[in-house]
Amino acid sequence: MKSLKAQHSELSYSENQLRLLNGVEGHTGKFTPFSERLKETGLFPLRPSGIQIFQMNLGKMCNQVCKHCHVDAGPDRKEIMTQETMLQCLEALDGTDVPIVDLTGGAPELNPNFRWFVESLSDLGKHIIDRCNLTIILANKKYHGLPDFFAMHKIEVVASLPYYSKRRTDGQRGNGVFEKSIQALKMLNEAGYGKEGTGLKLNLVFNPSGAFLPPDQKELEKDFKKELKLHFGIEFNNLLVITNLPISRFLDYLIASENYDEYMEKLVNAYNPAAAMNVMCRDTISIGWDGFLYDCDFNQMLDLKVENQVPQHIQDFDLAALNNRNIILNQHCYGCTAGSGSSCGGATT
Amino acid sequence: MNTYYDPADLKKFGDIGEFEPKLAKKFFDWYGDVFAEGALTAREKSLIALAVSHAIQCPYCIDAYSVDSLEKGCDEAQMMEAVHVAAAIRGGASLVHGVQMMNKVKKLTM
Repeated sequence: MKSLKAQHSELSYSENQLRLLNGVEGHTGKFTPFSERLKETGLFPLRPSGIQIFQMNLGKMCNQVCKHCHVDAGPDRKEIMTQETMLQCLEALDGTDVPIVDLTGGAPELNPNFRWFVESLSDLGKHIIDRCNLTIILANKKYHGLPDFFAMHKIEVVASLPYYSKRRTDGQRGNGVFEKSIQALKMLNEAGYGKEGTGLKLNLVFNPSGAFLPPDQKELEKDFKKELKLHFGIEFNNLLVITNLPISRFLDYLIASENYDEYMEKLVNAYNPAAAMNVMCRDTISIGWDGFLYDCDFNQMLDLKVENQVPQHIQDFDLAALNNRNIILNQHCYGCTAGSGSSCGGATT
Repeated sequence: MNTYYDPADLKKFGDIGEFEPKLAKKFFDWYGDVFAEGALTAREKSLIALAVSHAIQCPYCIDAYSVDSLEKGCDEAQMMEAVHVAAAIRGGASLVHGVQMMNKVKKLTM
């Protein structure tokens, strides 16, 4: 499987995705604009609650090509954050009390400056989260030591595992991913991750492997814990349940499988004002591989930068201005506000 | 769609009260209570509903409870086992009437 970009798909262009989401291509148009729903509940314009998380996309390169990937990441993607941009991020972080740095990608570990950057963040005293696809740990001998490296810097590992069965996991993430993921989880457990008393946090991420909403987070966490312990002896801390947003490769899947209208309708009908109160864009700033600033990772992939009244690049970082901005909204935002809500930290209600 | 079953009709189920609102309301209130978490979990109820959908061969119900089962965290194996339970009961229900046939045959034959 190739990325949409490598396939020269029309959906590899964010403007085409936005046109479709806004109903120009014969689909939708019938869905109430998300901003109207926010107005109904007094949340428009959506404003930050104070930035707590710096989420950084270290590059779109990945050793996997997952069917639902909203980044359209893959081995053919060459976009990688440079050390210069990383230095600008460090400088910006040094001048703030933002406590958490959340590293994502692609596979963030594929960035050649990954370890140096983590060490630098660690020196700044930041709490670091690494969004790990697990199989990267086994992809090459030079990554086998990642669990110990993570442990040394007390990094919180947030690892993707769509299900505790091979069929569902491989169906979403590619053949052989389940077995490698299990092996990587065992390596993380051996390094102390997910074990009581170590303080090393290992959280798993569930994305529905298809056009349906995620189950209740707490209920599913019980199943994951029971099944992974019983069959593989694996332990972890929490399960984070994330709704698939209708952008990029998941949008492509929705259209190809003729699920688009029904899925959008489901998201719109499940709009939950309580979930909207706690969307992640209110306390997160998302930094693209090229240093541009976005309200969230999804806006980043749709090239919807932070509003132009505030500096839009990390080199001009202005925390006060960012805390005083209006968040950019579009129809994909229904994904974060449906049902129990969705964020990079799981359900929001 | 020129068939008796149109998937789009499932979404109109809530409109059934248009011709008889009082009874429809009673039905939907009761229906909601039946599927609420109780002595059985919402997931167990979803799997029961999925199995019954197959027993009564309701395409609307099969669609609705396939989605609901997935959204309750069920996997394919659990869902298919539920369908087999329905099939086993249906098959067994036919077969157990074989006793009646045997009784009749034995009465009629020497």
